[in-house]
Amino acid sequence: MSNAGITAVKPAHASSRSAFAALLLRDLAVLRKEVWMFLGRTVMQPLLLIFVFAYVFPKIGEAIGGAAGAARFSTLLVGGVIASSMIFQGVQAVALPLVQDFGYTREIEDRVLAPMPVWAVALEKVASGAIQAVIAALVVFVLATFIPATPVHLSIHWFYLVTILPLSAMMSAALGLTIGTRVEPRQVPLIFSLLVLPMTFLGAVYYPWQGLTPLPWLKWSVLVNPLIYLSEGMRLSLTKGVPHMPVAAVYAALVAFTAVFSKLGIDGFKKRVLS
Amino acid sequence: MAVDAQATDTHPDAEADADVIVTDDLTKIFEGRGGRVRAVEHLSLRVRRGEIFGLLGPNGAGKTTTVGMLTTRVIPTRGRALVGGIDVVARPATAKQVIGVVPQTNTLDRSLDVAENLYFHGRYFGMGAREAHDRVRGLLEQFRLADRATAGVDELSGGMAQRLMVARAIMHDPDVLFLDEPTSGLDPQSRLALWDVIGELHRRGQTIVLTTHYMEEADQLCERVAIIDHGRLLALDTPEALKKSIGADTEVRIHASGDLEALARELEQVPGVDSARVVDGTVYAYLRAGGATLPEIITHADRKGFALQDVGVKETTLETVFIDLTGRELRE
Repeated sequence: MSNAGITAVKPAHASSRSAFAALLLRDLAVLRKEVWMFLGRTVMQPLLLIFVFAYVFPKIGEAIGGAAGAARFSTLLVGGVIASSMIFQGVQAVALPLVQDFGYTREIEDRVLAPMPVWAVALEKVASGAIQAVIAALVVFVLATFIPATPVHLSIHWFYLVTILPLSAMMSAALGLTIGTRVEPRQVPLIFSLLVLPMTFLGAVYYPWQGLTPLPWLKWSVLVNPLIYLSEGMRLSLTKGVPHMPVAAVYAALVAFTAVFSKLGIDGFKKRVLS
Repeated sequence: MAVDAQATDTHPDAEADADVIVTDDLTKIFEGRGGRVRAVEHLSLRVRRGEIFGLLGPNGAGKTTTVGMLTTRVIPTRGRALVGGIDVVARPATAKQVIGVVPQTNTLDRSLDVAENLYFHGRYFGMGAREAHDRVRGLLEQFRLADRATAGVDELSGGMAQRLMVARAIMHDPDVLFLDEPTSGLDPQSRLALWDVIGELHRRGQTIVLTTHYMEEADQLCERVAIIDHGRLLALDTPEALKKSIGADTEVRIHASGDLEALARELEQVPGVDSARVVDGTVYAYLRAGGATLPEIITHADRKGFALQDVGVKETTLETVFIDLTGRELRE
């Protein structure tokens, strides 16, 4: 220990960069410890969905859209299920730990004292949640491709995939930051039933958005649901021939929602840790 | 969103060499639904390099808010604060590099084990993996936690958790270590053990700022003590000088029935009694060195018709100083 002189101080941008990387490292270390919990909460819902809708139904002759429609349904389900898993994971990965961080123990304190701006501590949460959302997407992709009883016809559009996947992951995690910082810690679990679940059911997960044309009021009102753009974007990236909304609308909405949620989340985070 | 307004690797302020903390007119007013709370007002003080500096005051005096401002988590309403020569308001990300904090509650990372709590803290502050590992090993030994390295932090006793928090706070070798009520909630044995730890850090040259509402703690540990009440600095000096300042070296506490104010007035007439007052149903009389003696006081009270029930004598303490300054006891 040397306290004889003044500690050499690094420029703020250098200390911020290394602190950001170290916080990510910490989150990944925690993820590795809890990998079975992570897989459990990632796999269960999509596994059941795909198993029942794309395996059991076609086998017992209850397939959605009849026998011919079964293959088409399994195919469009891939994008939808990946999208809903990502948003679920992104929100969970950021919002649930914040319940503990902001709760009685105030565990976030030590990370807030890391030599970086507070907004960067919040943004690191988004980055780490986004990584978990991408991992979730990969896991679910494997499930959705191999479990269905009818063949799944994927046609990967790489440019869309490598841009929309990280963007969607960021948006999901930023939504998690907004929920985790704006909702009372005790009420965060409630938000999952009140917000995340309806979002999934009305998020164009089981049908393409264009399919809602017979219900114009629903078709236009679900546009406030950020998951719509994620589902449409995933189908855009993974399938051909499924009707979808304009590509520009998908990108614009994903960018806009990510920006808005990040801003709301960072402001909420600051309010929680600074006074 | 800029990082810090200005980023340099040298300290701009020459005064940082002597004074590691400088505050000028530091003020925090909380505006809430319950109205304005003046938590800290016009606080101007300097902490010298290498000293143990105490902020002594009752709960709610503004000690934690002061530490909060000095450690970038509370934004001052007015005034300026420099730590290690760095303005904590203008350049928080830089200032945090030279600050180590042990907060009032156990904020250890429950998702990590004991060693990982230290290791990742070191990484947050830019240490390499090897450097952090080496430092963790040394600190676990120093703080007698080596056999708990892989334990979860929930398995630690209160004293161990507190030691780990201190170890974590000095992991990155900060210029100043802030300890906010470090021993509150600890059993007497753990408290003494932590006093040893703090003393040892001080001997190694660590500058330490601690807040406490235990006057023994301030008296035993601190080289200089700032007495704070209602957000204002009332006195600042060494414990000895503070005690000397009240002009008496013995305190007599008297429990009696009847008109206590009248008794206090009577006692002040006794030669050698510096002052006497009533605080919370007890009469306090302060005696000058070589002045009045206890029998004289008892005889005088008896002659004036007061029935004394209990009398206690002790040397004046920082508590005496606090009572002298505020007319109240320090304890909540």
